[in-house]
Amino acid sequence: MDFNMTEDQKAFVQIAKDFAAKKLAPTIEERDMNGTFDRALIDEMLSLGLAGTYFPEEYGGAGADVLSYIMTVEEISKVDPGVGITLSGQVSLAANPIWQFGTDAQKEKYLKPLAEGTKMGAFALTEPNAGTDAAQQMSVAVKEGDFYVVNGSKMFITNAGEADIYIIFVMTDKSKGTKGISGFILEKGTPGFTFGKTEHKMGIHTSITKELIFQDCKIPAENLLGKEGKGFSIAMQTLDGGRIGVAAQALGIAEGALAHAIEYSKQRVQFGKPICTKQAIAFMLADMATEIEASRWLVYDAAMAKQEGKPFSVKAAMAKMFASDSAMDVTVKAVQIYGGYGYSEEYPVARAMRDAKITQIYEGTNEVQRMVTSGALLH
Amino acid sequence: MEILVCVKQVPDTAEVKIDPVKHTVIRAGVPNIFNPFDKNALEAALQIKEANAGTKVTLLSMGPEQAKEVLREGLAMGADDAYLLSDRKVGGSDTLATGYCLSMAVKKVMADKGIEHFDIILCGKQAIDGDTAQVGPQIASELGIPQLTYAAKIEVDGTKVTVHQQNEEGYIVSEVDGPVLITAVKELNEPRFPTIRGTMKAKRREIPVYSAADIGVDESKIGLDGSPTRVRKILTPPQRTQGLILKEEDPAVNVATLMEKLTAQKLI
Repeated sequence: MDFNMTEDQKAFVQIAKDFAAKKLAPTIEERDMNGTFDRALIDEMLSLGLAGTYFPEEYGGAGADVLSYIMTVEEISKVDPGVGITLSGQVSLAANPIWQFGTDAQKEKYLKPLAEGTKMGAFALTEPNAGTDAAQQMSVAVKEGDFYVVNGSKMFITNAGEADIYIIFVMTDKSKGTKGISGFILEKGTPGFTFGKTEHKMGIHTSITKELIFQDCKIPAENLLGKEGKGFSIAMQTLDGGRIGVAAQALGIAEGALAHAIEYSKQRVQFGKPICTKQAIAFMLADMATEIEASRWLVYDAAMAKQEGKPFSVKAAMAKMFASDSAMDVTVKAVQIYGGYGYSEEYPVARAMRDAKITQIYEGTNEVQRMVTSGALLH
Repeated sequence: MEILVCVKQVPDTAEVKIDPVKHTVIRAGVPNIFNPFDKNALEAALQIKEANAGTKVTLLSMGPEQAKEVLREGLAMGADDAYLLSDRKVGGSDTLATGYCLSMAVKKVMADKGIEHFDIILCGKQAIDGDTAQVGPQIASELGIPQLTYAAKIEVDGTKVTVHQQNEEGYIVSEVDGPVLITAVKELNEPRFPTIRGTMKAKRREIPVYSAADIGVDESKIGLDGSPTRVRKILTPPQRTQGLILKEEDPAVNVATLMEKLTAQKLI
């Protein structure tokens, strides 16, 4: 059991770290304030190959491993978690299901540009009435000759509007319940496919979230992902992997907040001494650091299990749940350590706390994660 | 076109510690990075390569085995080849010895590649550990080629190279036709990031390592003993206290304040 980073992993992490420091850090505050999704910045990040890390070279990837990719999401999220989830959404939720379930033709046409970073991807399962109860899909697809005609909508979709490639899940046979859901690869620009409002979120403002609207949208039959009726299973398996990305994002958020809190506590002088000399503060930092270390190994272990082709659903659920709960706790403590300044948007910890909350919710609420974990224990 | 870029792995000077006995930089335990100015040099080489089809960019470094990390990073950024000069005997060399060693290594690289000369040799203006800015010019001198230092802009047109050399007042425009050594400043460009795929490919590359014997150096001119200069002491000078700037609108007020302070200190 080797807990050391390989030379390659160090090199990949360095690329992400340098990119985050030179390109994301200088403008994060402004982009967060204005809710700016900076496509040029994302394109630059993707051009470094960060979306292709673990896909095979023949499909535009680098042939490296899942853990390396997860570490790059973590590194970016230390500075800009909105960009972290943009990357994770593209890789874990859009590219990964094509790689895992797509035909060779689909991989050539859709996986390659996603891995190479020339196109962006998104994943669309959630609807206004179907969150945790994903089976309650209202969007339907009816087969008509060489097409499926889709009607319905999706909500809270990350990368919506910017992505060219969408993995959507719709009802092809209502009578079969979850076994009547199918997955499709939908291209932006397909007639009948439009976007609704942009969500104005509490946090991760640099990530873009919109509604998708399907009105008699005709998807070519060859864009069916996997088999009819297998969509729900594909979605669930995809989310298993996506959870590791969210866990890495949460880990990065927590690490960023801790670093700021430590720095602040060394500089802030009250009663003649830096506040870090007070045990109340020092002990909070110790607790935060420990939560982060525990999160780290859960996240990395889940990533390695996925890489090795071992069952990883439960590990991913535990990692996502623990890392996100930790991120929330760490960021709340970080704001507390900053005191009044922590409440001001001029300092980074308020943003970190706003950013952390969503990690407890998306890609399966932490309640879902607990269902997955307890289900495995009690089956 | 054949371009050589000399690169160095240096300690991240934000984290550096000094050996109190040898007065040299303690490299162990300090994170190492690609010397930032050398990155500017490499970026310039890569841009020339992109604008001139058939151009090859070769990297050369002198350092311990660990310096291969920087060579791999350079390959990941887009360089074509990399060579390392690594030998205990060259360790501790001052700038003159280093310039001599590197110039001999350059000759060996040319011989191994079967080329007559490098059209352009690019170096960073200085390494952030020594900060002498001497090695680039010394290599040029040893090789008998012209040097254009502190390049803030480089234009290449066939064999003609035009450089804007930075100085305190602005810049001097210099032109050379034929082989030249150029040293790069930060303002020259914004170095690109290595890519993930580039990193994977670089990992698989064999990097030839030259010993002192391979490059045929005169051993009396290399290493700590072969260096005419010695570092006697590296110290952090005591911080000077801040002066006071008197900047009231009315000069009379400034004069009055100044007089008050000078008389209080019994200087007048």
